[in-house]
Amino acid sequence: MEFKDYYQILGVERSATDEEIKKAYRKLARKYHPDVSKVKDAEAKMQEINEAYEVLRDPEKRAAYDRLSSGYRSGQEFRPPPDWDAGFEFAYGPFARESAFSDFFNSLFGGFGRRASGFRARGEDHHAKIFIDLEDAFRGVSRTVSLQMPQIDEQGRLVTRERTLQVQIPKGIHEGQLIRLAGQGATGLGGGPAGDLYLEVRFRPHPLYRVDGRDLYLTLPVAPWEAALGATVKAPTPAGAVEVRIPAGSQSGRKLRLRGKGIPADPPGDLYLVLNVVLPPAETERARELYRTMSRELAFNPRRTMGV
Amino acid sequence: MTESMLTSSVSVWIGDEGVLSLEELAVACGVEADCIQELVDMAVLSPTGTERAAWRFGAGDIRRARKLIRLMRDFETNLEAAAVILDLLEETERLRAQLRRAGLVAD
Repeated sequence: MEFKDYYQILGVERSATDEEIKKAYRKLARKYHPDVSKVKDAEAKMQEINEAYEVLRDPEKRAAYDRLSSGYRSGQEFRPPPDWDAGFEFAYGPFARESAFSDFFNSLFGGFGRRASGFRARGEDHHAKIFIDLEDAFRGVSRTVSLQMPQIDEQGRLVTRERTLQVQIPKGIHEGQLIRLAGQGATGLGGGPAGDLYLEVRFRPHPLYRVDGRDLYLTLPVAPWEAALGATVKAPTPAGAVEVRIPAGSQSGRKLRLRGKGIPADPPGDLYLVLNVVLPPAETERARELYRTMSRELAFNPRRTMGV
Repeated sequence: MTESMLTSSVSVWIGDEGVLSLEELAVACGVEADCIQELVDMAVLSPTGTERAAWRFGAGDIRRARKLIRLMRDFETNLEAAAVILDLLEETERLRAQLRRAGLVAD
């Protein structure tokens, strides 16, 4: 296990006052909080910052950490000596916050399993995100997910276990919805029942469709004559290609709604086709001649309403 | 690290309609039931059902409650300030979604 230098993580001196530690934490929280931060890996970084703060803000934990950590450098191989915490009393919990901390933290402060003998409690619920393809929401799919989960081993220590779960993604699910797996959260304490696991569904970005709740948006390129004269063209949908009638006189940006062709929820979403008129390239003499003919014979001024 | 293959047994799909009771939501968020009650009183959460025992919460409530509790804890703010932050974050997300819908890159 790697030694973690909590002072270095918060960017403070070992002699920092409580006030300095709090200030450093708040500054970092503002920068790395996953809800407000644009920084990559903000979530992991915030976890580390929270962990460091959890120890350094608490006088008992800080004193124990100080006694233990003198002589260690960040990243160095670390093994806590037996009974290193003799003479200290920690208040454990809330578990929800600590279970996600590092093995290093848990080996020092997370021994609630071994201490809490005779104490029976339901395991906490866990949360994770699961990324699926849009197409998966159209047919439902069975997915294998790997999760790193802290668990309490036979000796009452918290260890990280890799768990593989087979998850059934129902047809019609959409972004932000959850799948709750009963009993797949943290193990209970003292024989208590296990918590649940919540998976929040997210879609991977799709090259064609943009998702808004249960509705989908697709930019559909059309030729100038299709838009001007009206036409029946083929358009893709996640459930297969369909024929769409483009009304005569359409312009770029016009939205056509295909009712019920969005995510097959109950009720199903819609698929919006946003028309985008694409000009044929004027690469050949023949094409240039056609453009010149239009120019001559249509007397079209797209800037007429601008007074120029 | 050890690895074990598990096949999950019971799975429940939580959509927009209310599914979870107040107690279940509290457990899902790792807080006391009274804390959820407070979020309802503050209109941060709006469950279906008229009285506390009949309240049911959906996926959006779980996301909102967890985010709010995380904001309060990590920024050491009170509920009112965290609720304002949450509202602004959701407004930003709504505008981003609008940009995405229009086919503009929003991130």
